Amino acid sequence: MENTKRKLIIIQIMQNDKGGKIVLSILAIVVAYVAFSNLMLPVESAFHVSTYTVTLLGKYLAFALLALALDLVWGYIGILSLGHGAFFALGGYAFAMYLMRQIGDRGVYGNAELPDFMVFMNLKELPWFWYGFDNPLFTLFMVALVPATLAFVFGWLAFRSRVTGVYLSIITQAMTYAFMLAFFRNDMGFGGNNGLTDFKDILGFSLQEDSTRIGLLLISFLALVTGYLISRYIINSRLGRVCIAIRDGESRVRFLGYRVEQYKLFIFVVSAIMAGVAGALYVPQVGIINPGVFSPLFSIELVIWVAIGGRGTLYGAIIGAFIVNYASTYFTSALPEVWLYALGGLFVVSTLYLPKGIVGLMSKIKLKKEVQNVSA
Amino acid sequence: MILKSIKIILLNLLFFTPLFSNTLQEDIQPFTKSSFKTKQKVVENIVLNHSENEKLTLVLNTLLKGNLYFTKYKKEFVILTKKEGKIYHTTNIFTGDILEPKTKKMFKKVKTNNKLRSIIKLKLAELNLFSKEEEVRLSSVKNMLKNINEDSQILVLKALKVETSSAIISILEEMSVNYKAKFGTQEEKLKAIVALKELLSPQSLQTLKEIESSTKDEEIKKLAQTSITSIETSKSFYSLLETAFFGLSQGSVLLLAALGLAITFGVMKVINMAHGEMMMIGAYTTYTLQQIMPNFIEYSIIIAIPLAFLVSAMVGVIIERLVIRHLYGRPLETLLATFGISLILQQIVRSVYSPLNQEVKTPEWMSGAWEINGALSLTYNRLYIIIFSLLVFVAVLLVLKKTSLGLKVRAVTQNREMAQAMGIKTGFIDAMTFGIGSGIAGVAGVALSQLTNVGPNLGQAYIVDSFMVVVFGGVGNLWGTLIAAFTLGEINKFIEPAAGAVLAKVIILIFIILFIQKRPRGLFPQKGRDAED
Repeated sequence: MENTKRKLIIIQIMQNDKGGKIVLSILAIVVAYVAFSNLMLPVESAFHVSTYTVTLLGKYLAFALLALALDLVWGYIGILSLGHGAFFALGGYAFAMYLMRQIGDRGVYGNAELPDFMVFMNLKELPWFWYGFDNPLFTLFMVALVPATLAFVFGWLAFRSRVTGVYLSIITQAMTYAFMLAFFRNDMGFGGNNGLTDFKDILGFSLQEDSTRIGLLLISFLALVTGYLISRYIINSRLGRVCIAIRDGESRVRFLGYRVEQYKLFIFVVSAIMAGVAGALYVPQVGIINPGVFSPLFSIELVIWVAIGGRGTLYGAIIGAFIVNYASTYFTSALPEVWLYALGGLFVVSTLYLPKGIVGLMSKIKLKKEVQNVSA
Repeated sequence: MILKSIKIILLNLLFFTPLFSNTLQEDIQPFTKSSFKTKQKVVENIVLNHSENEKLTLVLNTLLKGNLYFTKYKKEFVILTKKEGKIYHTTNIFTGDILEPKTKKMFKKVKTNNKLRSIIKLKLAELNLFSKEEEVRLSSVKNMLKNINEDSQILVLKALKVETSSAIISILEEMSVNYKAKFGTQEEKLKAIVALKELLSPQSLQTLKEIESSTKDEEIKKLAQTSITSIETSKSFYSLLETAFFGLSQGSVLLLAALGLAITFGVMKVINMAHGEMMMIGAYTTYTLQQIMPNFIEYSIIIAIPLAFLVSAMVGVIIERLVIRHLYGRPLETLLATFGISLILQQIVRSVYSPLNQEVKTPEWMSGAWEINGALSLTYNRLYIIIFSLLVFVAVLLVLKKTSLGLKVRAVTQNREMAQAMGIKTGFIDAMTFGIGSGIAGVAGVALSQLTNVGPNLGQAYIVDSFMVVVFGGVGNLWGTLIAAFTLGEINKFIEPAAGAVLAKVIILIFIILFIQKRPRGLFPQKGRDAED
């Protein structure tokens, strides 16, 4: 009985979401194939997928979750955050701290207690904010809590005094910029310029093992699906309707008696947690995190993922994240000079000609065909 | 007959030349003897006879440092460059040839004692003090300032009679006062101590402290003490002034960077993320100009200002016509599109020039510093940029408030439809406004090229700051931008010594983020109808 009910909820959530079903199904097939062929097929086989591709796919999945988080705030409640990279990076740093503690005495300096960079900085004992990060459960808790707290404090201050639109975008950008400057400092205790890297294992599984990487890939996929379902659930609920109303006419909603700032705060915090989780998934797969992730450029680039895919559709964000990042990977290795032109061009073209992104383009083409069919 | 005269000449050469002009090499041969008195005579002799010889200072300096050696067999003078255990690496002092390393037994050191060293120092100072080049004289005087005694005082008085440069004269006089304060008669001492108070230099402070701790005379001691406290108070006052000056300079840079944005963002409500790149274009225009005419560095900055304005304005107009025109009223989309443009512009600069920083030369008249007194000196480039930023501000204000173009710009931004109905070509005005905003950014770039590295990332470093200034000052209010720029500049410079540059920046950003919470529309919010978004 209970089982059928739970299924019902998922079916309810996904009921009118054809695009979401298609995108998630395709992703599920790709992930399943990659996992199977990497582990089961021999290396010589033409169908074998390299571990590099597995890691790449895992990275894209983490980015997709981040894009999803941004689409939730930008597409559904109208907050264009140019600082979502900060939440992502904080989640990532929190998880990287766990991975650093796992290295133990296998570092270059062989100090069981302190990570290499602290030994290098002549620290005698662990800074207080590193306590507890040797515990994976505590770490997972912090992965969500740290971005959530930042989002809560920042959002509470900003939404309460009705900082909206462009102003909000600029101060979110200033926020992540401030974080970047701070994290570049060596004496912050997060490895400064070099960030945190040289991870060895996660929960006892070596990060070099293919099976660990496949495991991370599957977890990333599950996290993405969960994030998607939660977002979709929120959007479909009554609360979601209010959010969309706020996006389209904030003053009117306020005049109707809704506490706009509370809705905004809720969505902002949920989105920040999703971004933090995405960061935590990103770190073990990429193997490094440094203050560059805090840079305004990264945060604004992620806006373009969502814009290209199609803002306010959720699955569009996933499509956008995959397309732009694949293009980025391709160009930076094949034609590094061209990539920034292409990325810059994407910004211009997508805002001028694709206001609803690829998803909007698809439905436009479909509409045209239907009109043709009807007239024919 | 001819043969005979040639013979005489040859004979003459043979016999007399050595008498009239011994070479320096020959004259220092007596250094091989061990008597210090002989050496002292040699030093005095060579300074007298070989003051034109460029090797002379080298010989004296090497001797002073105790690196002058000679070989035991050939009596060749060499400089010891490196000791490796018992092996000595040497170079010939006259030819500069690097000699084969040999054991230390092959060499003998030219030994010196305290008296000889002080004579050499004095002679070196004297040589430099009467050198033909002003720079050599200046550095020599500055060196002598550290070591004041009776001998130096004689030199100072001698130099004062012939010196023409006012900068050197003032240092010489300072030395003279310092000398009198230390070694003069009672009356001279008292006068000099009072005079030292006015000098504010670190040297005079040190002299006063020495006097205060060593003298037994109560009157002098008291006077010295009051002089010391007076110097210290005025010193801390001047260092405060200096920080304020740095703040002003930082503020003027912010003002220049933000002024263009105050027009495009403040007046037109266009979020131009490519604003920083407009500054970059201005800086690169300066660089290109200097490359084209390397012989006119002195004027390059003056020419670069209007040129950079035109180039950046043109790029701005093109961007406005091609992209921004389609996005009015959609600020977030403008933000994204212009960010894309900024990436493209950066990459163009990387492709055309190079990803590395370029060196923009500073003209002569902008380098150096205005030394007001011993404790306070203001660099000319910062001083000029402060003045320049204010001039640009006034110009922008005049254009917007007093010209017909400015009137039309304000009309269009206040009510587009109505302005159109009155016959104003709004499209043209939009392009012009954006052009002016971009052009000012270009001019800011010229100023920045004198302060920071010119590279593809020049603009990015300023974009967040400039937005902060405009938002802090209140969007659409030029006076607000002015006040905000200087306030932020001052705050930054005053917390920098305590917190460090990076943390100061972080603190300012947090401050602004909190400030926006309190006053979401900035220091001077717009009132009335166009206040609503």
